Amino acid sequence: MAAAVDPTLNFEPVFEIEDFLAQEQAKDLLRFTTAGSVDDGKSTLIGRLLFDSQNVYEDQIKAVTQASVNRSAGPIDFSLLTDGLRAEREQGITIDVAYRYFATARRKFIIADTPGHEQYTRNMATGASTADLAIILIDARNGVLPQSRRHAYIANLLGIPNFIIAVNKMDVLDYDEETFRAIEAEFTEFLSNLNAPDAYFLPISALAGDNVVRRSRHMHWFNGPSLLEHLETVPVYNRTRSTPFRFPVQRVVRPDQTFRGYAGQLASGVVRPGDAILAFPSGQRSRVKSIETFDGPLFEAVAPLSVTLTLEDELDISRGDVIASAQQVPEVARQFEASVVWLNDRPLDLARTYLLKHTTQTVTAEVKSIRHRVNITSLEHEAADNLEMNSIGVLHLETSRPIYFDPYLQNRITGSFILIDPETNATAGAGMIRSAIAAERDKRPIAKKQGRVTPAERIARHGHTAATVSLGPRPQLAAVLERKLFETGSAVAIVENADLTICAVLERAGLLVLRVANERADWDLPEDDEQAANQIMASLRDSGVLMPREELIWGEGI
Amino acid sequence: MSQLGHLRLLEAESIHIMREVAAEFQRPVMLYSIGKDSSVLLRLAQKAFYPGPILFPLLHIDTTYKFREMIEFRDSYTRKIGAKLIVHTNQEAIDDGANPFRLGTQRCCGLLKTKALLDGLRAGGFDAAIGGARRDEEKSRAKERIFSFRDSKGQWDPKNQRPELWNVFNTRIDPGESLRVFPLSNWTEMDVWQYIHVEKIPIVPMYFAKDREMLVRGDTLIPLEQPFIPCLPGERPQLVRCRMRSLGCSPCTGAIRSDADTVPKIIEELVSFRRSERENRVIDHDQEGSMEIKKREGYF
Repeated sequence: MAAAVDPTLNFEPVFEIEDFLAQEQAKDLLRFTTAGSVDDGKSTLIGRLLFDSQNVYEDQIKAVTQASVNRSAGPIDFSLLTDGLRAEREQGITIDVAYRYFATARRKFIIADTPGHEQYTRNMATGASTADLAIILIDARNGVLPQSRRHAYIANLLGIPNFIIAVNKMDVLDYDEETFRAIEAEFTEFLSNLNAPDAYFLPISALAGDNVVRRSRHMHWFNGPSLLEHLETVPVYNRTRSTPFRFPVQRVVRPDQTFRGYAGQLASGVVRPGDAILAFPSGQRSRVKSIETFDGPLFEAVAPLSVTLTLEDELDISRGDVIASAQQVPEVARQFEASVVWLNDRPLDLARTYLLKHTTQTVTAEVKSIRHRVNITSLEHEAADNLEMNSIGVLHLETSRPIYFDPYLQNRITGSFILIDPETNATAGAGMIRSAIAAERDKRPIAKKQGRVTPAERIARHGHTAATVSLGPRPQLAAVLERKLFETGSAVAIVENADLTICAVLERAGLLVLRVANERADWDLPEDDEQAANQIMASLRDSGVLMPREELIWGEGI
Repeated sequence: MSQLGHLRLLEAESIHIMREVAAEFQRPVMLYSIGKDSSVLLRLAQKAFYPGPILFPLLHIDTTYKFREMIEFRDSYTRKIGAKLIVHTNQEAIDDGANPFRLGTQRCCGLLKTKALLDGLRAGGFDAAIGGARRDEEKSRAKERIFSFRDSKGQWDPKNQRPELWNVFNTRIDPGESLRVFPLSNWTEMDVWQYIHVEKIPIVPMYFAKDREMLVRGDTLIPLEQPFIPCLPGERPQLVRCRMRSLGCSPCTGAIRSDADTVPKIIEELVSFRRSERENRVIDHDQEGSMEIKKREGYF
């Protein structure tokens, strides 16, 4: 049977292609995820959203109405527009994450449609990991169920910044306001206990179309925008722009001897030529020379653009390293605490070693302990000695090499990782870093640290990166400055009239080198040695060479 | 700088994916189908590796039933941008006279596309194959991962896919296994055309309307590219102003009546279309859920 399309929907103003192209290019992108229990009507809601916003083609409707299983009594089973695979068509439930795409005049949308069945927590986490917004469906007849709480918990754990709570099947309850308000009150309290973002509650009927695309005529007691209106206008928090610059290096680009660049995608922040950067793990400093792209050099790159950076200095940088703002450096640790969603049918085994992929680097990792497991029904913490598929725990992990990260709450890219089972190659766990753990030094045998001392270890010990400061021909100033730096715990050396290779050797040892020579100083300095030394100290702090003491505890984990 | 538009965001994601492939695999290859999505893929690869060259060869599975204009475009464009091109054909099946009228579309695709693809990948020892499939094309594709695991027989298990979170991709495989990688997963047909327009990307001229000789059967226009297309009694080719919405093998690709001879006109047409793009590709409709069956067997 052909679809009966509401003729009023087909009204279109005079179409001007140039206007349309301009409007299209200005559209931004909202990624959202949907969560609900098996019978909450999630697939129906998405099907309705696609259908009413005219994002379904007629032949797709035809194929759906002709499909061998037709589960609803209505003319079109909207859920069949979204349920893809044969197996689930036969079982009548959604079994995996399905991605759907639609656009309105204002915005382009990507939906991660994830199942609500108990055993599929992992799929919900997957869909939530890239989402800007979560729609949590509650069946008005059943009220707030443990599953509803679990969906909100996972959406919040994965750092989704916007929530919509859609109370569905209002038509069955004769659009009763009291039912809606009771659910709203109960769930609001739950969300505030979670520290979840503010949520938009709205009563809908996916089957009848109330408050999905158009505002309902059946609920005069509700004046808020429809689901689609809200999706079109909610600000996509561009948190990544205001967070410090992070650039995990994917590849070193060296097409010939004249070009050396670092290809990657900005995880967060903004970068411009001239910006001071620190490269980790080497701890070396430089400045951005240029931002190269196929379309020409950029004067600015903002996350999440993929670009190639060139630097003023030739540094030893390879895949897996991170280039970061020199002013706000990432945390560094080998031991940290993370929330982990277990994704694999082989449970977490503390005796085994896993591979941990964090941004572009892969290291080996051990789980030292399970701090607690989250009871997925009561959301209470409980003791555990393993994690099974679809369970969530807080783990203490230790990696073979230090990783450079930000807590997940601040940065969803540099704060996340996956665990890979090296025997099966399965993606076993998904982790969100909470904080570094200071190593328990007295309990760790010294022999455990092997190999060359790394620049990162030096930074952690000295509290500063290596650097050479040219003071001009002022040995007195060098002495004053040396004393000041020494008193702050710095490893400092004065070099008089020596050539630059000596400075380089000392820098490799992680030292602050004060160079006295008959040449220009790095800064215009006051005559007075005391004043000059204070000015240099301030500059070293501002530029991130000297790190604030409170940041240094993270280095303890190295 | 204002909010990044959706095309820039999609582009950045695709470039990230291609660079991960280049960095984490020994022998990656890009499947090149000559269509508009492949053209976009090629441009993204140029961007991903700039100022260096594209870091993997292109593999075209030639069923020998592609349109002449497609092959001409393939050869001239890949030469122009300096990409390395490998062409693989299931010559044995062609010699045995395989064509969709003798074998039916399912068996024909199985031999000339699926088997040829698997053989071509094996012959090159490729451990990762980049393809231009989009999730909005077909329902089973909507569930496929960006990095999609294939066992040693090249087969896909939709129930046993690796969860894919953030932009952290698990690329670990054992010898003999491989991954198919789809950098355009999150692009829609509209995004692809918009990008072609904005970036001025060259595409096969068959996408543009002109007068062409066609067999007209109801709503379907069948191009007369191959000698073995059986005409019905009394049926004669007509000159029709038309274009292709998607490019496949000539016996299985219908044209649509159209006046759209520029990219903006195509976009304009797309907006008014209420038919999905694969409607005229016979192969997706030969059996309910047919794309999923083909994919399980190893089809792209």
